[in-house]
Amino acid sequence: MSTNPAVGASGAAALEARGYRSAGLSRLREIIEREWVFSWLILTPPLLFLLCFLGYPFFYGVYLSFFHREVASSPTFVGFGNFVTLASDPIFWQSVGNTIKFTAAATVLKATGGLGMALVMNQNFRMKAITRALLLLPFIVPTVLSTVAWQWIFDPGLGLFNRVLVESGLATRGVSWLGNPTMAMVSIIMVNTWRGLPFFGISILAGLQTIPVELHESATIDGASTWGRFRYVTLPSLLPVIFIVTTFSIILTFFDFQLVYVLTGGGPANSTHLMATYAFSLSVGVGQLGLGSAVALSMVPVLGLLLVLLTFYVRKD
Amino acid sequence: MVGELTWRRRLFGLWLPLAAFAVIALFPFTWMAATSLKTNAELYDPKANPLTIRHPSLVHYVSLLQETNFLTWIANTMLVAVVATGISLLLGTMLAYPLARMRFRGAPLLAIAVAVTYLVPQTLLFVPMADLIGRLKLGNTLSAVMLTYPTLLVPFSAWLLMGYFKTVPKELEEQALIDGASRWRAMTRVILPLCMPGFISAGIFCFTLAQNEFLYALLFLSRSDVRTVPIGVVGELIRGDAFYWGQLMAGALLGSVPVALIYSFFVKYYVAGLTAGAVKG
Repeated sequence: MSTNPAVGASGAAALEARGYRSAGLSRLREIIEREWVFSWLILTPPLLFLLCFLGYPFFYGVYLSFFHREVASSPTFVGFGNFVTLASDPIFWQSVGNTIKFTAAATVLKATGGLGMALVMNQNFRMKAITRALLLLPFIVPTVLSTVAWQWIFDPGLGLFNRVLVESGLATRGVSWLGNPTMAMVSIIMVNTWRGLPFFGISILAGLQTIPVELHESATIDGASTWGRFRYVTLPSLLPVIFIVTTFSIILTFFDFQLVYVLTGGGPANSTHLMATYAFSLSVGVGQLGLGSAVALSMVPVLGLLLVLLTFYVRKD
Repeated sequence: MVGELTWRRRLFGLWLPLAAFAVIALFPFTWMAATSLKTNAELYDPKANPLTIRHPSLVHYVSLLQETNFLTWIANTMLVAVVATGISLLLGTMLAYPLARMRFRGAPLLAIAVAVTYLVPQTLLFVPMADLIGRLKLGNTLSAVMLTYPTLLVPFSAWLLMGYFKTVPKELEEQALIDGASRWRAMTRVILPLCMPGFISAGIFCFTLAQNEFLYALLFLSRSDVRTVPIGVVGELIRGDAFYWGQLMAGALLGSVPVALIYSFFVKYYVAGLTAGAVKG
């Protein structure tokens, strides 16, 4: 940028060369300063990273699902063979049914419970911030660790639930929480609800706080009852928040793995196997990588449907 | 009369339901803590009241720290979470900044692609990912999870940061460019410093998610000295069918403390990040 008048004649050639170089540099800088060039320069590293570690595994998984492949053996192409095998596999269909039951029940419980929590929390009381922080704890603490605690709570002999049931006289014998197919399903739904409810509660609470007070005031002036205000003011304003949180939660619940893996391992007798745990036990447990990938890929249509719904909804706004 | 009515309304509309929510949310933690503080004799005595502690003892904590690699697992978890969070914030910022503030062809499509990758669950990816890590010879190294956690965290932090980056007025950047700053300088010196709350929110989120991760750690880390807390606790403190409940609960509690501490310091940012997606949509 700065010109130096003290440069001697002998340095003229060097100066000229430097002039060319700086002209080249400023040309380069000019190019970099273009909005799209600058954008792509910055975007390229993260996109490459995602392509290598997210895009590649995804398509490699699709590729794997067309092969009969066991660990440490050469793969053979079977086309849709793996999917045909799955179609006649009763455990696969059981895991599909379990996943749907688990997702539906847990989502309904979380959404209604979360709405209740939000409505209760949306009042004025002392130590509100601390209460909110405490109520969110189940969502923060690493899932596996709290799930281990639940396993102990469900323990048939000495667990908290059965001790309380028996000692209070509510039941003569404890319930086999994780040992009986129906109760095992109830148990995993309970734990998933416990963990996910605060997410709904706090998100809906944030939504509640964006509703203008004037809306409630004018409804009251118009003679609306408490229920009427909830039905015609609160609920419609909350629908967008509830929709987005619910879609998110369905995705997380549908693909849940760790809770079931730790609590029941899919048992007893596959009664709590979700598609995710079944895919894991096929590919890691039995070593059928192709079949495992096929189970995992069978979940894609559901994900796709939810994503399309979400995009449509966001576009509409 | 009116006072009595509001008092009743407060009791049934606020205090009782609030207490119910609090008890449900917190009783597993108190049960965890109570169990970890009892001796085995008391713990497995069917006559003892399960809700009280007669002889508090730290014996399970001592055995946890002496007999297992628990401290190594904590150190591994911290290291992995910090590195994965750092990588994710850096790459997330590089992804979010142009998408939030620049106009170029393909930007809207790319923004949707980022949102979609954020919602692709790892359940779909773990089989091929295990193969990839095996071929890179990264099995049983912490690098395996340091590299794979950002695949879950980058799309998420990019998505969250885009919201924050969009809130800074365009004029600030234009002024900096008029004053002769390069785009890079305008970004690093003017815009990004204004988005500190966004970085804290995204950082806390990445940190808790990285501490929570289970599937990849389960697949990639099988040697005891490279394990993270969740894998160590499930893999080594549950021994066959015999549960060492006292030690398990001590481990679960101690393993939760770092996350809970960080969370309690930054709870405001955590809630802001949590609700940003849902409320701003």
